[in-house]
Amino acid sequence: MTEILPAEGVFSLLWVLIALPAVGALILLLGGRRTNTWGPYLGILTVVGSAVIAIVMLLAMMAEPAEQRTVIQNVYDWVFVGSFQVSFALQLDQLSIVFVLLITLVGSLIFIYSLGYMAHDPDRRKFFAYLNLFVAAMLLLVLANNYLLLYVGWEGVGLASYLLIGFWQRKPTAAAAAKKAFVINRVGDVGLSVAIMLIFITFGSVTFQDVFGQVGEASEGTLTAIGLLLLLAAAGKSAQFPLQAWLLDAMEGPTPVSALIHAATMVTAGVYLIARSNAIYNAATWAATAVVVVGLITIFMGAIIGSAKDDIKKSLAGSTMSQIGYMVFAAGLGPIGYVFAIFHLLTHGVFKAGLFLGAGSVMHGMNDGVNMRRYGALKGVMVVTFITFMAGYLAIIGIPPFSGFWSKDEIIHAAFERNWVIGAAAILAAGITGFYMTRMIAMTFFGKKRWEDDAHPHESPAVMTIPLVILALGSTFLGMALLFWGDIEKWLEPVVGYESVPTPLPTWVYIVVTLVVVIIGAIIGWVMYARKEVPIEAPHGSVLTRAARQDLYGDAVNDVLVVQPTYRTADALTTFDNKAVDGFVNWTATFVGDLSKRLRRSQTGFARSYALSMVGGAIVLLVALILVRLS
Amino acid sequence: MNPANYILLSALLFSIGAIGVLVRRNAIIVFMSVELMLNAANLAFVAFARMNGNLDGQVVAFFVMVVAAAEVVVGLAIIVTIFRTRRSASIDEPNLLKY
Repeated sequence: MTEILPAEGVFSLLWVLIALPAVGALILLLGGRRTNTWGPYLGILTVVGSAVIAIVMLLAMMAEPAEQRTVIQNVYDWVFVGSFQVSFALQLDQLSIVFVLLITLVGSLIFIYSLGYMAHDPDRRKFFAYLNLFVAAMLLLVLANNYLLLYVGWEGVGLASYLLIGFWQRKPTAAAAAKKAFVINRVGDVGLSVAIMLIFITFGSVTFQDVFGQVGEASEGTLTAIGLLLLLAAAGKSAQFPLQAWLLDAMEGPTPVSALIHAATMVTAGVYLIARSNAIYNAATWAATAVVVVGLITIFMGAIIGSAKDDIKKSLAGSTMSQIGYMVFAAGLGPIGYVFAIFHLLTHGVFKAGLFLGAGSVMHGMNDGVNMRRYGALKGVMVVTFITFMAGYLAIIGIPPFSGFWSKDEIIHAAFERNWVIGAAAILAAGITGFYMTRMIAMTFFGKKRWEDDAHPHESPAVMTIPLVILALGSTFLGMALLFWGDIEKWLEPVVGYESVPTPLPTWVYIVVTLVVVIIGAIIGWVMYARKEVPIEAPHGSVLTRAARQDLYGDAVNDVLVVQPTYRTADALTTFDNKAVDGFVNWTATFVGDLSKRLRRSQTGFARSYALSMVGGAIVLLVALILVRLS
Repeated sequence: MNPANYILLSALLFSIGAIGVLVRRNAIIVFMSVELMLNAANLAFVAFARMNGNLDGQVVAFFVMVVAAAEVVVGLAIIVTIFRTRRSASIDEPNLLKY
C-alpha cells in the first residue's frame, strides 16, 4: 500500500513549481509595454526554473522506495463549508511527476523556440504571458490532490487555450476558432463539474485518496455515471469523438501554441484524468468500454482526416487526435493499458511537439504558407528541419528503435491481451498513420518544387533549430530510455496499477505484423505522393477524401444537432416573447388606452352636467341605503 | 305641530335648490340655489335636534352657517372675476377645462 508523506525537503518547493510561471504571467500581464524587452526572457526563465525544480524532485523521488513516493503539500485551507471541506493541496507522485517533467521540459524548449518564431510579433509579451498562464494552470491540473482543484487547473488551461488560439484575433477565423474551442470545451467541462458533484454526493469528499479508497462502497451504477461524465470531460479537453471538432480549427493559433497546448500537453489532460481516476474505471466496466469505443472511433477519424488535409498543421492536428485516441483507447483497457497510455502520452508529447515545431520552421521559411501542395523538395534547403522532422516521422509511425515504436507497440499488444478485434483495428490505424505521415513528408520535403513565386525557403535561426534537435533526440531515444532504463511499468504501477495477461501468440508476431502494415501504408503514401506528381490544385478526390477535407462533416453534424436547434429554440422563444408576453402587455395597454379615450368624452366642461352626475350619484347612494335598511 | 312636517319642508326646499342648480344658467341664481340647499339642510338639523331633544343638530346648524358665509365670500369673488373677464355670468360659457 502506498504511503502518503508530508512534503519535506525539496518537496516543500512543490507550490513554487506552480507559483513561478504564475508570477511570470502576472508580471507580464500587469507590467504592460514596459516588459516588452525583457518579458519573453522572464517567461522562459520561470518555466526553466520550474523544470529545474522538477528534475531535482524526480531525483529525490527516485531515491525513495516505491511505496514512499507520494507526497502531499497542504498549501492552505481553501473551501471549508460545513461538510464540504477542500484544501488547496498539491500531490506529487509517480504519475504527476512525469507530467510535470513533460510540461516543464517540452514547455521550456517551446518557449525558447517561440523566441525565434514570434520575434517579429509586436504582441510577443502577451504571448509569453499567456503561455506562462497555461503552464501554471496545467501544472495545477496535474498536481492537484482533489477533483475541485483539478477543475481549477482544467478551466485555467481552457482559458489559456482560448486566449492563445485567438492570439491573432484580428483574423476573423482565429477569433471564431477560439470561440469554437471554448464553447465545445464547455460541454466537456459541464461533464466534469457534474461528475465532481456526483463524486461529492457519493463519497462525501473530492480528495483523490478518499474517493479511490471508498470506490468499493459505491454502487456500480453510480460509478458508471461518474465514469461516463469524466469521459465526457476527457473527450472535450482531448478532442475525442464526439467533441473533436474544435482541435482542427485550433490550428489558427501560433505554431508553438499548437505544439505545446494542442499536441503535447493540454489535449492529453483527458488521458491524465482517466488514468488518475483508474480506480473508478476499474470498478465501472461499462464506462471503461465506452472509453475504448470513443478512443477507437477517434483513432480512425483523426487518421482519415489527417490523410486528406493539405494544410500541414491541420494534417498534424488530425494525427494528434488519432494518437490521443490511442492513449484514451489504452486507458480504457484497464490495468493492462494505463501505463502504456501514459507512456505513449510522454513519447507522443515529445515527438509531436518536434513535428509541430518542425512544421512551424517550414512555415517560417515559406512566408507562413501552410499548404503542402505549395511545398516540395525542401530537404535540401532546410537540412536541420528535415532531419529532425524525419526523427519525429519515424517515431510517430513506429519504426524501431524510435520512441513511438515502443509505446504504440505496447498499446497494440495490450489491445490483443483484451480482444483481437480491437487489436486488429489498432494495427490497421497504425497503417493509416504510416500512410498520412509519409504523405506529409513526401509533399513537404521530397518531390518537385511547387513553391509560391515569392517564397525563398531558408533554414530557421538557431534559437528555433536547437529545440528541434533536442526534441528529435527525444523522439529517437525517449522510448528506449523510459522502457529499459526508466522501467515505466514499475514506475507507474503504484499509482495506476499494472497487470499483464498472456496473449495467444508470442509478442514478436504482433510487432512484425504491425511493422508490415505500417510499411505497406508508408509505401502506398510514397507511391502516391513522392513518385507521382503532386498537383498544385487539390484533385476532386473520392467520397472519403472529400468527407475528410470537411473534417468528416463534424461541423455539419454539430450544425444539424446543436447549432440549428439552438437557433430555432432561440427564434421560437423570441417569437413567444414578442407575440405572447409583449403581446399581452401591449394589449392591456391598448385596451386601457381605448377605454380612457371613450371615457374622457364625459368630461364635457359643463359645470351643470357635473352637478347632474353628482345628484345622480347621491340619489343612487340614497336609494341603496334605503333598500339596505328596508331589507 | 308634528316635527315631521319640518323634515318634509326641508326636503322640498332641498329639491327646489337642487333643481335650481341643474336648470338655471345664471351663476348668481345657481349660487342662491346652493344657499337654499344649505339652509334646507340646516332646517333638517334643527328639526332633528328638536325631535331627539338634544342640541347637537343646532350646533351643527351654526357650523353650516359659518361655512356658508365663508363660501359666499369665495363663490361671489369667483363669479365677479368671471363676469369681469367674460362680460357674462352664464355658467355654461366657461368650459375650457374639458377633454
